[in-house]
Amino acid sequence: MTTHAITITVNGRKREATVPARMLLSDCLRHTLGLPGTHVGCEHGVCGACTVMMDGRTVRSCLTFAVQADGSELTTIEGLANQSQLHPIQEAFWEEHGLQCGFCTPGMLMAAKELLSANPNPSDDEIREAISGNLCRCTGYTQIINAVRSAAAKLRAAVPTLAT
Amino acid sequence: MSSHLETNVLPPSRQRELPGQTRKWVGHSMKRVEDRRFLLGKGQYIDDHAVPNMAHAATVRSPHAHARIISIDTSKAKALPGVIGVYTGTDLATVVDPCPSFASPPVTQRAIAIDKVRHVGEVVVAIVAVDRYIAEDAADLVEVEYEVLPANVDIEATLEATGDSVIHPADREGNKAHDESFKFGPVDEDFARADHIVRRRLRWKRSGAQPIETCGCISDYSVVDGGYTIHCNTNFSNFIPFVIAGSLRISPTVLRMQPIATGGSFGSKVFIHKIVILTSGLSRLAGQPVKYIEDRLEHFTNSDSHGSDRLYDAELALAKDGTMLSLRFDVIDDYGAYLQFGVGTHGNAMSQVTGPYRIGSFGMRVRAALTNKCQQGPYRGFGAEVTNWVLERLVDAAAEELGMDTVGLRLQNMIQPDQFPYMIPTGNIYDSGNFQEVYKQADELIGLAAWRKKAADLRAQGRCVGVGVATCQERSVYSPTEWWSLNNLAAPGFALSSTPEGISLRIDPVGKIFATLHSVFIGNSPETIVTQVLAEQFTVDPSDIVVSYSDTHSGFNGVGPQGSRFTAMITGACVSASYKIQTKLKRLAGHLLEAAEGDLELRDGAVTVKGTDRKISIGDVAMQASFFRLNFPDTPDFDSGLETTAVYDHPISTLPHPERKHLGVFYPMVGHICHIAVVEVDPQTGKVAILDYAAVHDNGTIMNPMTLEGQVLGGTANGIGSTLTEEFIYDDQGQFVNANFGEFAMSSAWEMPANLKIGHVETPSPYTEYGVKGGGEGGRLGAPSALSSAIDDALQRYGVKVEQIPVRPSTLRAMIRASGK
Repeated sequence: MTTHAITITVNGRKREATVPARMLLSDCLRHTLGLPGTHVGCEHGVCGACTVMMDGRTVRSCLTFAVQADGSELTTIEGLANQSQLHPIQEAFWEEHGLQCGFCTPGMLMAAKELLSANPNPSDDEIREAISGNLCRCTGYTQIINAVRSAAAKLRAAVPTLAT
Repeated sequence: MSSHLETNVLPPSRQRELPGQTRKWVGHSMKRVEDRRFLLGKGQYIDDHAVPNMAHAATVRSPHAHARIISIDTSKAKALPGVIGVYTGTDLATVVDPCPSFASPPVTQRAIAIDKVRHVGEVVVAIVAVDRYIAEDAADLVEVEYEVLPANVDIEATLEATGDSVIHPADREGNKAHDESFKFGPVDEDFARADHIVRRRLRWKRSGAQPIETCGCISDYSVVDGGYTIHCNTNFSNFIPFVIAGSLRISPTVLRMQPIATGGSFGSKVFIHKIVILTSGLSRLAGQPVKYIEDRLEHFTNSDSHGSDRLYDAELALAKDGTMLSLRFDVIDDYGAYLQFGVGTHGNAMSQVTGPYRIGSFGMRVRAALTNKCQQGPYRGFGAEVTNWVLERLVDAAAEELGMDTVGLRLQNMIQPDQFPYMIPTGNIYDSGNFQEVYKQADELIGLAAWRKKAADLRAQGRCVGVGVATCQERSVYSPTEWWSLNNLAAPGFALSSTPEGISLRIDPVGKIFATLHSVFIGNSPETIVTQVLAEQFTVDPSDIVVSYSDTHSGFNGVGPQGSRFTAMITGACVSASYKIQTKLKRLAGHLLEAAEGDLELRDGAVTVKGTDRKISIGDVAMQASFFRLNFPDTPDFDSGLETTAVYDHPISTLPHPERKHLGVFYPMVGHICHIAVVEVDPQTGKVAILDYAAVHDNGTIMNPMTLEGQVLGGTANGIGSTLTEEFIYDDQGQFVNANFGEFAMSSAWEMPANLKIGHVETPSPYTEYGVKGGGEGGRLGAPSALSSAIDDALQRYGVKVEQIPVRPSTLRAMIRASGK
C-alpha cells in the first residue's frame, strides 16, 4: 500500500508522519501522533465527537483523510488549554456542568470555540445552532448551552475594549 | 394492606447520618473533581489504551436475520498480508464457552455464531490483524454461504412459529422463551367489584441508549498463568469477572479486569459480555493481545443492550367515584434472539408498578418472545420506564372515560404523606415521599391553569396545542432480587444474590485521604460524591482527598453504577470506612493529646478536645501513625497505619415470599417525579414541538444539586427521544434499516425544550445515609408519559391517542390522516 509523507502543525508543533492514503485524520491524530483526546463516536460524520480545527475552521476528522491535512494547522483538544491552565471555554464547561461522561466534550469545545471566535455574544439560538451538529447523550444540552453562554461572557471580559 | 403482605416485615433502619443537619459539603453544588482530565482530552477511555504487541480485530457480521451457515471460506482473508488469524465460531469454541445466560432454561448464545445466525449483525467470523484497516480488508474477503430461514419480526406472530422459524430448535420447540403469571393480592376480587374497567392495548417499541462511545475491549491472554488481563469499558468491572470467567474457562483469580472510564452508558455498558469473550478468545488463539472496538454499526446491530420492546393488554379497575382498585396486564416482550437476563426487566418494574397510587392489588402474565433481532439489555429505566408509561396511559384513559380531570383523578388516588413507608401489592416499599408537594411545585412552575386555558384558546383557533401531566415513581438502589424474582420458579436461572458496595480508605503520612473505588466512572460523579462525603466526615478540604479506581486484583465488592444505586451505596461505604478510621485516629490522637477518646471530635481537619482549643491536625496524627510507632504504647491497637476497607450492604431489603405471593422489599428508595409538558403538533408533518416543560423530582436529600440537575436534564432528553424520534426499526425481513446516527434521529440541541424548568422537593429517605435516594433515571421515567398525554390533548380534534411510542413524525402524521378528520 502506498504511503505519503505529510507535515501537519498540530497545536503549534510541526509533526511529520508517513501514512496510507486512506488513513483517516482521526486515526492519524489518535494512533499515529499520540493525541487521543479527539474522540471517534460514529465514523460517519454525524456525532461531531471527532471535531478539530483545521486552519481556523472545524472539520470532522473522521471524514477527513490525514493526507488532506498535509500542510495545515490543526488545533485539537490537547491544544486548547495553556499547559494546565484551562481555556475560558473549558473553565465554563467545568463550572456549568457542561459535561458528564466527557466523550463528546472535545468536539463540543471545538464547536464552541469556532462559534465564539466569530460571534463573541451569541444568542441562545445561535449557540444551539452552533452545537446542533454535535451529539451529547448525557446532558440534554441545557448545561452545555449555559456553559457556552458563560464562556462568551468570560472571553468578552478578557478582551480589553478600545474604550478602556 | 392486603393479607398477602403480612409476612413481609420491615427491618429497622440502619441509618447513621441523619438528614436535615447543617453540612458543609454534603448537599452543596461542587464542581466535579473528575472533570479536568476530560476537559483536557486526557480521559483514557478504552480506545485510548494500548498494550505492547497489540493486534486489532474486525468482524464479519450476518447480513441475514435468520439463516443457516452453509460454508465459510476464509482462505483469501488468511492470505492477506498483515492478517494474523481468521477465526470462525467453531475456532473460538475451542477456547471459550457460550456466554452467560440467566434465563431458565438458558438460551445458548455465543460470541461468534456457529451453524446458524439469528439476527442481522451477529458475528460470523473474526479477523485479527496488525491494524484495524487490514482486519477490515480481510473481513471483506471472507466468503460465507447462507441458507436463509424465515425471519421472525412480529412480536405476536413469533409466538406461533414452528419448523424452520424456530430460532433455537435445540433449546426449545417454539419462540416463546418464558411464560409466567403472578397475582399480588386479591386481583380477581377487585376486578369483580369494580364499577369501571379501563382497557388499552399499548405498544412500547424498541430503542436503545447509544452512548457516543461504543463498547470496546483489549484482552491479553497470559501463557504464564492461563489468565487474562482485560481492559474493557464495562460498568461491572469488579463483578463480571465472577460471571464471565466461566465462559473463559478460567478461575476469576486469573482474570485481571482493569477499571476504564466509560464514555456514556445509561445502562448499556453494565454487562458487556460478548465482546469480552470474543476478544479474549481471539487473544488466546492469536497468541497476542487483541483490541476490538465496536464501530457504530456494530454497536447498533450487535450490542448487548437494546431497550424494552413490549406489547401490553392492560386493565385498570376503578370504583365509580374514581378510586383505583386494581391493575393487571398481559405483556409480551420481544427480547430479540437471546434472553440474557431472563425477564429481569419486568422484575425491576414490579418495584413501582402501581405508581404513586393506592392500588390494592396487581396481576400480570409475562411472556418473553424470541425474534430475529439483537438481544435486549439495560437502558435507563430497565423496564420500569415502560410500566410507568402504561399506568399513566391507563390513568389518562380512565379520566376520559369517567369524565374526570386527569390531575384530579391522580391526586384523589395518591398515597398520602403520612402513609410512608408504604408497601405496594408486589411487596416493595416506597420509603418516603410527598407526591402532592411535587405536583404542586410542578403546577406552579409551569403555570398549569394558565397553560390549559391558553392551549384551549389556541385549539379553538385551529392550532394543535395540548398539555400533559405525569406523576411517576423513580425507584432507586436495587437489591438484586429483581433479577430473579420473576424467574422460572421451579428452576431459577440464577440464585438469590446481593449487591454490596465497598471502598478502601487510607490516610497518608501528610494527612491526605486516599479513597479507592471498586466501581468505575460512567459519566456519573463517583469521585465528587466520595470527595464530598469524606470532606464532610473528616472536616477537611476537598483538595485533601484523592480518589482512584481498583482493578479486580485489588478491588472487592464493587457492583457499580446502575439502577440509580451508586450514590446511596458508595455514600454508605464512605460513612462506614470513615467511622472505622476515625476510631483509630482518635485513639492515636488521644494518646498524643493525653485526652480520653470520648472527649475528642473532628473539627477543621484536626482532632480536638471538645470544648477546648487543644488539638492535633489529622496530618500530624497520620505522620505519627506512619513513621513514629515508638511514640505509642506497645499494644496492637496502636499499630502503624491509618487504613481500612468497608463494605456497605443494601440498607433495607427482605426476601420474597417462597410462592411469590409477594416479592419482598427490593427497590425501596423511591423518588417521585412530576413532569408537565406543553406541546404543539403540526398536523401536516406530525412533528411535535415542545412549547414548555416542567420537571420536578424528589430524590431525597440532594448530595450535589448541580450534578443531580444534570441527571434530570439528561434523563429527560432520553425520554423525549424515546417518545418522539428514536426507534430501532427492523423491516419485515428483519433488516435493521436505520442503524446509524443519521437516521436513528437521536435528540440534538434543537430537540430539547429551550426553557426546561427544573424543580426539586427533598423528602429524605429514612434508610440511607444522609437520606439520599438515587436520581439517575427519572427523566426517562417521566417524559414519555407527560408527552403522550400532551399529544393526546393537542390532537383532541382528530381523536388521536398515543397508544404506541415512539410517535415519530411520520407515525403521528399517519395516525392523524387515518383519523379521517
